[in-house]
Amino acid sequence: MKKLLLLAPLFIAGAAFAAGDADFSGEKQPLNIAAIVMFFLFVAGTLSITYWAARRTKTASDFYTAGGGITGFQNGLAIAGDYMSAASFLGISGLVYLKGYDGLIYAIGFLVGWPVILFLLAEQLRNLGKYTFADVASYRLKQLPVRTLAAFGSLAVVALYLIAQMVGAGKLIQLLFGLPYEFAVIVVGVLMILYVTFGGMLATTWVQIIKAILLLSGATFMAVMVLSHYGFSPEQLFSAATEIHKDGVSIMGPGGLVSDPVSAISLGIALMLGTAGLPHVLMRFFTVNDAKEARKSVFYATGFIGYFYILTFVIGFGAIVLVSQNPQYLEGAGKLLGGNNMAAIHLSHAVGGNLFLGFISAVAFATILAVVSGLTLAGASAISHDLYSSAIMKGKADEEKEMRLSKIATVALGVLAIILGIAFEKQNIAFMVGLAFAIAASANFPILFLSMFWSKLTTRGAVLGGSLGLVVAILLVILGPTVWVSVLGNAEPIFPYKYPALFSVTTAFVGIWFFSITDNSEQAQIDRDKYEAQFVRAQTGIGADGAVDH
Amino acid sequence: MEANLVEKIKNNPKFNELVTKRSSFAWKLSIAMLAVYYSFILVVAFNKDVLAAPLGEGVMTVGMPVGIAIILFAFAITGVYVKRANTEFDDLTNDIKREARVED
Repeated sequence: MKKLLLLAPLFIAGAAFAAGDADFSGEKQPLNIAAIVMFFLFVAGTLSITYWAARRTKTASDFYTAGGGITGFQNGLAIAGDYMSAASFLGISGLVYLKGYDGLIYAIGFLVGWPVILFLLAEQLRNLGKYTFADVASYRLKQLPVRTLAAFGSLAVVALYLIAQMVGAGKLIQLLFGLPYEFAVIVVGVLMILYVTFGGMLATTWVQIIKAILLLSGATFMAVMVLSHYGFSPEQLFSAATEIHKDGVSIMGPGGLVSDPVSAISLGIALMLGTAGLPHVLMRFFTVNDAKEARKSVFYATGFIGYFYILTFVIGFGAIVLVSQNPQYLEGAGKLLGGNNMAAIHLSHAVGGNLFLGFISAVAFATILAVVSGLTLAGASAISHDLYSSAIMKGKADEEKEMRLSKIATVALGVLAIILGIAFEKQNIAFMVGLAFAIAASANFPILFLSMFWSKLTTRGAVLGGSLGLVVAILLVILGPTVWVSVLGNAEPIFPYKYPALFSVTTAFVGIWFFSITDNSEQAQIDRDKYEAQFVRAQTGIGADGAVDH
Repeated sequence: MEANLVEKIKNNPKFNELVTKRSSFAWKLSIAMLAVYYSFILVVAFNKDVLAAPLGEGVMTVGMPVGIAIILFAFAITGVYVKRANTEFDDLTNDIKREARVED
């Protein structure tokens, strides 16, 4: 039992990865009219943006990267938007509601990857890439094998994330709007297909920006309302919370979230390197004009994300004092209606009444829509740009054909997401986003990082080592507590840790190193000889200015 | 990029200066961020009481300002990098680009 208690926050924290694995229990709610009206306003607004964007989306570069015309500030908001998923909001505030300080530890882990991405990756990505991170990873390597592996890594991450988001969307909407699960999943799928096929990256980015602004404003309002109850004195808020919370003053310090150093470090690696290997986040670095704007994007994104996490912390404490004692929000045994992840939603009602509850519900729906759109675009690019145009057609594909294929891929991914979203309704999907992060950190990131920083990397090393990282990450997640015990129902996990990143990332790096230095093939020599030219371009951006071409 | 252009840029002392200055700055800042984060995580893992210690009379603990400070540090340190990169490093990069073109 004690062990279970220690794991509980990790499960809830897992929800913070994406809306998907958030645990929303409870019954379907009555129709929430205010929420539905505001959601329709959001949909109408974003569809007109899509119409506007569609008329500006003519070339492949427009479709994949909004023609590189997004400013650093806009891109910073969009990146922050990708990161502030519905469950980042609901999951972290729910974790704070349940455990207090532990929620802050988790939020910090999410944030600290960004400065490192800025210092080591952002400008080189911008200088080397065109549409996808595979452009960078395969820059000087043999296209077919490296692109195929990178595209596979992207698609695996996108598919896992999409399923998690769709299931989360269905359950959340069922709860918030009182709409049937299947209906909610289909609405999300269809809107996402419309945004992406017609508006491409331009529409996807603006949907994300609008949602980020709505979410930041809503969260700010809630935090201010909570603090105003206590004369804007954090001390008074905390003091009231510790009097009510069952754990008393211990919520003011670290609890059971980080129970052993291996888990702590492994989780830290998964969050940090996983973020740096997510295809839909990396893709945003190609939507700005140059390295200068790419840097600014991360600066603004870090600011918005940090501010957002401070707000969610206040919101979690606010829910302790304003929600946890109010029978209106509780079911029988003193538990929150809909589970702990509903803390922020109930708080929105407590501070702003039905109308504001409707607003926050609509924002939560919009958030899911925006995140799935970015994911689908990243998946479609992996199919049309990496697999079709670069690997199969060797870069000689007709641009129109490539764009048509990417739109077909978008529709196919959307339909697949709807089908899988419905199929997985009753399944335990808590492992999916964790697995997506493990794959991103263990397969995508090591290849990307070493292709930039290590001149001796060869095609063989990248493909064998990267595949090894991918396989080890998947195996360890299956043998670990989340799948082996929670999904498959075995008593004890074969691999004891929930986060395999420490082991799988190490395997990938060692594998890539070993298979590269022992590679004496002709291709290996070509790969190494090309490093110098890549290095000069990565450092100066020469050849990457304006319309990128290589 | 053609081989002679690559050679030309590589032989420009300013390129060397840019690469040395920028990588040492980037790695120093990365190490600073990682050191701050992992020190925090190790304190959480091994010595929770330090963070749970009360700060002053009320319920406020040491951990609260420390946690908020790490968030602010992450934001500030990106600002420090962007400021220097967007002025000093970009000026150097522009010089290198101009000189590469002039001698074409």
